[in-house]
Amino acid sequence: MSTTGTTRVEVRRGAYHDSVTLMRVSRSLAERPDVAEAMAAMGTDLNREMFGRMGFAVPADAGPNDLVVAVRTARGAPGRALDDAFRALDELLRRPAETGAFGAQEPARTAAAAARRTGAGLALLSVPGPQVFAEAMDALDAGLNVMVFSDNVPVEQEIALKEAAARRGLIVMGPDCGTAVVGGAGLGFANAVRPGPVGVVAASGTGAQQVMCLLDAAGVGVSHVLGVGGRDLSPQVSGRSALAALAALDDDAATELIVVVSKPPAPRVAGLIREAARRLDTPVVFALPAPGEDDLTAAVERALAALGRPVPRWPRWPAPQPPVPPGRALRGLFVGGTLRDEAEAIVRESLPPAAGHALLDFGDDAYTRGRAHPMIDPTLRLAAVAEHAADPACGVLLLDVVLGYGAEPDPAAALAPALAAARADRADLAVVVSLCGTPGDPQGRDRQVAALREAGASVFASNAEAARHAVGLLRGLGEGVPDE
Amino acid sequence: MSDARPRLGGLLTREPRVVAAGVGVLAEALAQQAVPVEEVDWRPAPEESLPALNAVLGDPRRADANARAVGRMLSARPHLVDVRPASEVLGLEPGVFLHAGPPLEWDRASGPMRGALMGAMVLEGLAGTPEEAERALARGAATLEPCHHHGAVGPMAGVVSPSMWMLVVQDDEHGGTACCSLNEGLGKVLRYGAYGPEVLERLRWMGAVLGPLLRDAVRRHGPIDLVGLIAQALQMGDELHNRNRAATALLVRELGADLVAADAPRAHVAEVFRFVAGNDHFFLNAAMAAAKAAADAARGVPGSTLVVAMARNGTDFGIQVSGTGDRWFTGPAQMPDGLYLGSYGPADANPDIGDSAITETAGMGGFALAAAPAIVRFVGGQVPDAVAATRRMYEITLAEHPVLQIPLLSFRGTPAGVDVTRVVRTGILPLIDTGIAGREPGTGQVGAGLVAPPAGVFADALAALAAAVPRGPA
Repeated sequence: MSTTGTTRVEVRRGAYHDSVTLMRVSRSLAERPDVAEAMAAMGTDLNREMFGRMGFAVPADAGPNDLVVAVRTARGAPGRALDDAFRALDELLRRPAETGAFGAQEPARTAAAAARRTGAGLALLSVPGPQVFAEAMDALDAGLNVMVFSDNVPVEQEIALKEAAARRGLIVMGPDCGTAVVGGAGLGFANAVRPGPVGVVAASGTGAQQVMCLLDAAGVGVSHVLGVGGRDLSPQVSGRSALAALAALDDDAATELIVVVSKPPAPRVAGLIREAARRLDTPVVFALPAPGEDDLTAAVERALAALGRPVPRWPRWPAPQPPVPPGRALRGLFVGGTLRDEAEAIVRESLPPAAGHALLDFGDDAYTRGRAHPMIDPTLRLAAVAEHAADPACGVLLLDVVLGYGAEPDPAAALAPALAAARADRADLAVVVSLCGTPGDPQGRDRQVAALREAGASVFASNAEAARHAVGLLRGLGEGVPDE
Repeated sequence: MSDARPRLGGLLTREPRVVAAGVGVLAEALAQQAVPVEEVDWRPAPEESLPALNAVLGDPRRADANARAVGRMLSARPHLVDVRPASEVLGLEPGVFLHAGPPLEWDRASGPMRGALMGAMVLEGLAGTPEEAERALARGAATLEPCHHHGAVGPMAGVVSPSMWMLVVQDDEHGGTACCSLNEGLGKVLRYGAYGPEVLERLRWMGAVLGPLLRDAVRRHGPIDLVGLIAQALQMGDELHNRNRAATALLVRELGADLVAADAPRAHVAEVFRFVAGNDHFFLNAAMAAAKAAADAARGVPGSTLVVAMARNGTDFGIQVSGTGDRWFTGPAQMPDGLYLGSYGPADANPDIGDSAITETAGMGGFALAAAPAIVRFVGGQVPDAVAATRRMYEITLAEHPVLQIPLLSFRGTPAGVDVTRVVRTGILPLIDTGIAGREPGTGQVGAGLVAPPAGVFADALAALAAAVPRGPA
């Protein structure tokens, strides 16, 4: 047993791994009981700086194409701890490959070929948008339903794919479909929710996540969530996938009620969908948040009423907030587009216009070109938190945190310290968080809530309630919510 | 309302089973939920091919056209029905010579092609010596046409002259016919570009003895089901391109009684048996004719991206595609990678040559390498390499052969029917087994190995397929 921790920095030349994989590897290494600190990253300038800050000396010739792995063992760790950690690293970096007779089978190179091996019924495609059409069309030919997570797909390709799917009795979910749940499997960004009677048709990913999380909080589960892509209800695409999804859910024995979640569709398409919904045997509730319409929370409450289920008090975890001086502005920093839009609608109808309020969506194309979605890579929003907190005109920070499969493994780990730092510099800054998640999510909702609250944020399960609370703070109402 | 068929292919009722291409975390998130997920080793298609790829994948005719084309190819039932001289069966006139691969002129012909044409000129009595033949050919004294333009195929140089005897194959299912010359054996032979006296003497014997005896035997026997015979040979360690030992033995067994029963001198019958017994590749030409008949059945289906011919003339590698008619897409023939005989080495090798890649076109040869462990030294020496090679071909093919099966893969059908779009999307090129000819005319065979087509021919074919997509209503 050594008494102090030991350190090893290893450079693997030309061994490329993507940043998401390496983030996960770093975390797994750091979580080992004998390891105090660990990082695995490509040797970019930014990462080299990070290694330096952690006290690791990276060889000068390690470049952006080299993998750098640094591990420091915990005090008192056994001598073999470093070797064990690096052995674990090899395991973590290994691409799993099926071993068949006469050597491992090389992975399939197309979705259709992969499906032929396993008998899969669904292809989840997240390749770059300009490349997705061929892959999706081939998958449809192979009899697969297709979920297209990718964005930047031309609308005429979307229409061609959806027509091809219709001819084959299949569905294309997407493009730009972030969320689906099929037969209990969460696809893309999806929360761990209980099975139940509500089927969701969603043209909005975070909208669907909000609905399924609130239902879950009310003790009601979902049968399936069929995403259709943000453009499905546009005049050009004309709800092709939404209509297929409605018909499929109507036919589904497990589905007793259907909720349609979307940003407000084009009026002609909305008419088409409502007309189709009227012809179904299954009742349909619309959740189309817009100024003057029900917000998502109210729509979920209508769904509960239709099911004859009680509406609970939506979970909230308030923290003391400072009084906000008059004239200050609301800054909303969102990763969910629909959550942002819903909050904006609430702000617009409650606050006088043009008071410097700004609500940003970091999941917008402008922020994601060449970057992972902010639900995976929080870097840009974290920078914005610091920036807006430093702006004296900013009175309330309103943020969403979206948990679930596919999202970053511990969002509070980076966000809570950022919020705490903002509050340390600005005692007059109020912070409100809309937290979309369930107790079963891999990030642990309650652990996330505790960390965010510890950092000074008031946390709400309902995005609409979070937005209203932020508005109330700006109007000088209350320093928190009295009833907790 | 409930249909008999489950909606969305049973998506909402079956246990979820997913394939994932793209961002790794999304597949990991499924694995985290214990959902069975197969990750695709996806790679981007070449940027410059994207517009054509999208046009062709978006062609509403494609799926049905491919199903029809590959269905015709795989349901073909080629039978060996006759053996006849090329002058009779193809109507070949004196002075006309067929050759392997896409169209070629003397000026661009490689060494082995020139050597074979020179030998054939002498064989036909159109020149007294090879040198005289060379001068005549350089003057343009002969007409050169691809075998493929006459429903025929020929291995290596593939030179066919009017007096040469041809195996005649008829497709019982679709009615087509195809021909291939008789195999001369290995070493110094015309198809590898040799034209010495022993080469011509053997060809004369084949015309005088072997051809007529085979004709009589086949006619006496009646049609021989080649697909059935090939299927057996695959299970006996042949892949029907670089290994034909089992198939040759099966054919001799099949024809033996009828060869003996014919009214021929006993010495001639013995010569025929001795010749075929000494030539492990005798059946190759029958396999090629069978493959040609099957591939031709798949021709001319509008919208189909199925490759119906891969062929090399020693200078160019060419492919033809079902949806683009008889048009050739050509690029430079590549150098094979292989093992060399005796003191020969890569410097002695000619670029890829021969129509024998018709076997790969129809799901044999390199595509069936896993069936032939005896020749795995061509692919790195280990059985797993051969298995991996065959498995890789499933990525670019439209179907699995219903009759030709691979024991090592639990009797899975061979990968059959190369799809132009899959080749372009994946960058995986068809794997072709091949003999290697000496680059100097007159040399003969110098080795054997593997070769791939130039990637550009598939990009060009894709562009032509895209141009042929009818413009739909906007």
